[in-house]
Amino acid sequence: MGGLLSWIVFLPCIGGLALLFVGDGDEAGRRRVRLLALAVSLATFALSLALYSGFQGGTARMQFAEAASWMPQLGIAYKVGVDGLSLPLVLLTTFLTPIAILFSWEDVGRRVRLYHVALLFLETGMIGVFVALDFFLFYVFWEAMLIPMYLIIGVWGGPRRIYAAVKFFLYTMAGSVLMLVAILWLYFVQGGQTFDILAHLDRPPDPAVQGWLFAAFALSFAIKVPMFPFHTWLPDAHVEAPTAGSVILAGVLLKMGTYGFMRLAMPLFPSAARDFAPLILALAVIGIIYGALMAMVQDDVKKLVAYSSVSHLGFVMLGLFSFNLLGVSGGVLQMVNHGVSTGALFLIVGMLYSRRHTRLIADYGGIARVAPALSAFFVLTTLSSIGLPGLNGFVGEFTILAGAFQRNPAFAAAGAAGVVLSAIYMLWMLQRVLFGSRLAPANENLPDLSAREWAVMIPMAFLMFWIGLYPKPLLEKIEPSAQAWLAQVGRRVLRVEAPVLGPPGGLPLGRGPAPRGVAAAWMERLRGEGRP
Amino acid sequence: MTYILLFPLAGVLVNLLFGFRRGERFAGRVATGAMGLAFLASAAAFLSLLGLPPGQRALRAFLFEWIPVGGLQVKASFLLDPLSSTMTLVVTGVGFLIHLYSMGYMHGDRGAVRYFIYLNLFSFSMLTLVLGDNFLVLFVGWEAVGLCSYLLIGFWHERDSAAEAGKKAFVVNRVGDFCFLIALFLIFGRFGSLDFGVVLPQAAATLGAGSGAATLICLLLFGGATGKSAQFPLHVWLPDAMEGPTPVSALIHAATMVTAGVYMVARTSALFALSPFAMGVVATVGALTLLMAGSIAVAQNDIKRVLAYSTVSQLGYMFLAAGVGAYTAAIFHLVTHAFFKALLFLGSGSVIHSLHGEQDIRRMGGLRAGLPVTSWTFTVGALAIAGIFPFAGFFSKDAILFAAMTSPRGGLVFWLAGAAGAFMTAFYMFRLVFKTFHGKCSLPIEQQARLHESPRVMLLPLQALAVLSVVGGWMGLPLVRGADLFGGFLSPVFPKMGGEHHEVVLEVAMMLVSLAIALLGIFVAYGFYVRGQGVGAAYGRRWPRLYRLLLNKYYVDEAYDRFIVQPVKRASIWAWHAFEDGLIDAAVNGAGAAVEAAGGAVRRLQTGYVKSYAVAMLAGAFAILVYLTVRGG
Repeated sequence: MGGLLSWIVFLPCIGGLALLFVGDGDEAGRRRVRLLALAVSLATFALSLALYSGFQGGTARMQFAEAASWMPQLGIAYKVGVDGLSLPLVLLTTFLTPIAILFSWEDVGRRVRLYHVALLFLETGMIGVFVALDFFLFYVFWEAMLIPMYLIIGVWGGPRRIYAAVKFFLYTMAGSVLMLVAILWLYFVQGGQTFDILAHLDRPPDPAVQGWLFAAFALSFAIKVPMFPFHTWLPDAHVEAPTAGSVILAGVLLKMGTYGFMRLAMPLFPSAARDFAPLILALAVIGIIYGALMAMVQDDVKKLVAYSSVSHLGFVMLGLFSFNLLGVSGGVLQMVNHGVSTGALFLIVGMLYSRRHTRLIADYGGIARVAPALSAFFVLTTLSSIGLPGLNGFVGEFTILAGAFQRNPAFAAAGAAGVVLSAIYMLWMLQRVLFGSRLAPANENLPDLSAREWAVMIPMAFLMFWIGLYPKPLLEKIEPSAQAWLAQVGRRVLRVEAPVLGPPGGLPLGRGPAPRGVAAAWMERLRGEGRP
Repeated sequence: MTYILLFPLAGVLVNLLFGFRRGERFAGRVATGAMGLAFLASAAAFLSLLGLPPGQRALRAFLFEWIPVGGLQVKASFLLDPLSSTMTLVVTGVGFLIHLYSMGYMHGDRGAVRYFIYLNLFSFSMLTLVLGDNFLVLFVGWEAVGLCSYLLIGFWHERDSAAEAGKKAFVVNRVGDFCFLIALFLIFGRFGSLDFGVVLPQAAATLGAGSGAATLICLLLFGGATGKSAQFPLHVWLPDAMEGPTPVSALIHAATMVTAGVYMVARTSALFALSPFAMGVVATVGALTLLMAGSIAVAQNDIKRVLAYSTVSQLGYMFLAAGVGAYTAAIFHLVTHAFFKALLFLGSGSVIHSLHGEQDIRRMGGLRAGLPVTSWTFTVGALAIAGIFPFAGFFSKDAILFAAMTSPRGGLVFWLAGAAGAFMTAFYMFRLVFKTFHGKCSLPIEQQARLHESPRVMLLPLQALAVLSVVGGWMGLPLVRGADLFGGFLSPVFPKMGGEHHEVVLEVAMMLVSLAIALLGIFVAYGFYVRGQGVGAAYGRRWPRLYRLLLNKYYVDEAYDRFIVQPVKRASIWAWHAFEDGLIDAAVNGAGAAVEAAGGAVRRLQTGYVKSYAVAMLAGAFAILVYLTVRGG
């Protein structure tokens, strides 16, 4: 099917526009809105499954690539494509959106139409970011995504939603403006007035300016990840966002940051990425430990999960900046894992909240007695989040740490301590929420899972087991792209110093199968061509 | 071989799907049947192993590629060799009896179906652990038994203490797992593989004997083992683990879980052989633990707590043996201990069941009349653990003591520790026997009248285990050449330690000495608790400080709380308020406020037109850009 990728990107947006013509004045209308939104998101998911099955393993090139001229006089083109690094994230997005819509069924009763329009627009924005191969397009999606999320927090959020939404917006905005400057610099100064990302990837700028440009990109992405110490918007945003908003926020939006590092900041400015690596690794490890410690002392369940995200995203950064195959592949996998596990955690917290309208841990206790199925899913999700082997989290964490250990044993060991801490704060939370002798009278008639909630949780649980037990199909698709990525990121490294990686696990840089385009561009650069 | 794993897994799935609808009886039968079939499969696998020549006794099964990425090619594959075969027989055999017993013990419990699911899952995890053909599959089982212990210890989660104990078990285990993980990364870094078939044969060539890397890896592996096998200082979770239903304690203490650490050290003996220092640490920690736990057991009053500390102490014996290179003896003791410790725990469960939950031995006594079968089987178990000839424990403990003395890595100190431990074992076990089954009954009269023996389904496993506790040691007879079937079967797996020529006279003499020590322990217990009632308590009063120290388990838990848990908690709360909210977020909000103030000043610029904002933004960006260009150019 021609244009499959574009369909995936724009179908939600089209659906969202169509929704505008459906009235939500009465209950029947609201139902129609919900059904239509669900149908659109499921169709998008079905299309992305076609994308997955049509995706060829064993190659690093962009697949399903499409290019169309857009504003040729400005060097702006519509270019999209997926490779092994973006495919899993596209799937994650199309998977989580119907879940979010399904969960909102009874959760959101106000301005139902606008809410679903926002969700669907958001989906287009998110997928667009993952597949855009043109800076201009990327930036459009990047910013476009912000507005529906801002609305979701600000309109359907909790009591302090305005504060949280504005904080979220300003934080992200501050970062993206700097990124815009860097993009414009690339456009005007560096690369022949084109916004083509792949072209720029083939022509890294002079090491002297890389540092600045990297810093601009990195700050923007670090806020999004969020990396310590740019994380304080996250707990507020999560606490105030409606459940589905939290699911999307944690599940997909945070990956924008790590994906940005991986797709843009690191390969565009490889030598700067190398220079900054110690700093970023240190921040990643601090994030792992600090996030865990913060999570440990929270008395608000949602805040606890939010801080656990800070901790878990630290693992992803640790993997990316290990500059080896294990670290990167694990990092990509862990992005998906975090989306599934933390997404599911927010769903369960949302279920509890919709029953009791409190997020305070102290208001719960003994829930396992009245809602055994909900508790069982809660335990399962927690175990997936703390990296129990056999479930998804472990595969990512182990691969990342194995990779990080080859690069820097001290950082990896400190990161591994996060494994112990996560068990402490998560199980302690379970103990206080689910177990114990105390069962508050208000909780005595807490209903167990509804059919709709089962329908939400079962796919999540399925993914946890599938990735945990048989991640091979995903890893196979990730690996070639990760190899090529390493070659890109390793370019400067090769020239500056000898291969830094210990033998196994790490890809011997430079000896990997560098794609022709990269090598050719590199030769070009050496000959002094390709620069205005 | 994969059938061994398949049956318990199938049991889990069947019960998950149908158990809740079909009820407790169905679930119990499915779970027990699955374990029975797994035992038969283990026996069949064992026989097929015996059919092979001794040097080639290893069967491998490959299921699928699990984590294939770069240099890390982890397969879901399994290995059956004499070591894992022995373990599967113990896990499924003893496990089957515990399942059977549970059908009686858990009868009428609201969560019985859930219980049987966990129980099967536990066995499955343990089997994965012992059958895994690489470190990571072992680690899967390793973590999964940790999970199952969490679920089963906290099984009665409406009890605060149970929920707390479950979490404690998992977290303490995780500390050990952390060490294990780091060891795996080191091994992977050095060998480029995690397969036993690659790492173990190449260990000497890759690491070099006595190298720092070998020592570090072994110490970290042992750190993992101390968590799982409850050795000092990570032993604190095991005594609390008795919060679970009693058959679970039997499962944890005998057939699964705690033996994992011993198994792992035995499995990686090729690595430990490279590091005399690490082996010394193993033996020393084992010896210390066996003394510490044994002495604590002397002062405890809860029937299950005494048994729990006795497990910690017996595990110390196993590590002592492993540390001096006597792996066969360690595994031998693991097997016999599985028999008699399962027997003792199930026996104590029978007592508790009959007394409707009473666990304090000060309120028991004279139960022999009411619970005849429980009484005699428990006594058999006590004789076995005390090491009385010809019960099972005698042979395995004797093998350990002999190795502790004569092995090139052993010595008199280790033997003395073992011998002192043997005395304590005999003493605290018979203190338990005498206070529970003999003497005057301290129960209220009406409860005495209602005293009844447990149902058949619970007594049968007791009787079977009692028989095993007697004859179980006979497969490893010392002295007679060729009679040590057990050692002969296992020894190809382990590195040769040298110095294995037996001096018959020495060995017989040592046997007699250890037998005498054990008898002395029983005799003293008899003197304290049967002939001279209250003598034990009098000694407790004479050295109150020592008594309190033992009663409070050397205050290890308190030390953890005071020096680790509370400081971390306080520091985190401080960081939350002072650093997170007080510094970072304050800075952010401050910046926001500053912008807002500035915004107020330039309010006139606010036109409300998106277009003009966009232009302004672009212009600003452009200005920075120009600056950078000028500056850069």
